[in-house]
Amino acid sequence: MPSGSSSSHRQRVAEVQALLGASLALIALALCLVAFGPTLLRTIRGLRARRSSLRFGRRLTEQELAAEQRAEALMASVVGDEGLEQYRALGFLHVFADPEADGCPGYGYLIYPHRPIVSFDARSGRLLNELCVSFPDRGDRDADGRLPDADDVLAKWMAIRGDELALLAEANIDPPGRQIDPDQARRDVIRLGEWATSPSDASPSDGLATAQ
Amino acid sequence: MKPGHGDQLLAEGDPEVAEEEQELIDAFRRQLDRGMWAAVPTLDAGRHEAVLVRDFAEVPRDAERVIFFPPAAGG
Repeated sequence: MPSGSSSSHRQRVAEVQALLGASLALIALALCLVAFGPTLLRTIRGLRARRSSLRFGRRLTEQELAAEQRAEALMASVVGDEGLEQYRALGFLHVFADPEADGCPGYGYLIYPHRPIVSFDARSGRLLNELCVSFPDRGDRDADGRLPDADDVLAKWMAIRGDELALLAEANIDPPGRQIDPDQARRDVIRLGEWATSPSDASPSDGLATAQ
Repeated sequence: MKPGHGDQLLAEGDPEVAEEEQELIDAFRRQLDRGMWAAVPTLDAGRHEAVLVRDFAEVPRDAERVIFFPPAAGG
């Protein structure tokens, strides 16, 4: 039955062609993922970070303003006038780890108000992690809202200085870019380096001058 | 530190005077019983530092103040 054999042959050819087509499509998809996957991932992360950094401002009430002023005064009394100056100019405080054998700290932290702490490699400026931590006062029924911005930053600063491991044990640790735009954080590392090397603002006693 | 308020003075006294020291110890314990963390700001060779303390006996004798703040929690 020649006609039956020919039909079966054509069917097998069609099956092989379909299989070949599917394989080629899979290979093309895999190549696309390899080629564009990292870019796609970065774009998605960037969009997420940008979305989470959307903020709306409002004027502080008199009570909140007074609280912020008290908090900044307390910050100055603990970290010094130069620390408060840095906080006002850059919008964050920093902490460097103890210097290593070469005299340079291995890593540092950027401490933002009511946002995650960002750890970074002090030599390369590479972002390491986001440490998500807050200070809710669950024991005070009269406590209303959250700590003033400067108090939140100071609490993080004191916790890192006083017991870094205890803070790390409580923090949720995420890769960079989860909540803070990594481009902004990288810019802040550079701004910190510029602030540290500025002759009028350098504060060697705070370890600023040793890190880049 | 108090949410929405900034810092407030909780207690003040001379730890060298027994009666005042007891008041300071009581105030310290009340804060720790509420779960607060206690930090003592220090100045070490011109470098600003802070020490977390968990007992009144750990407060350096020359400390000028102790700052209580809510304990850290994962954000």
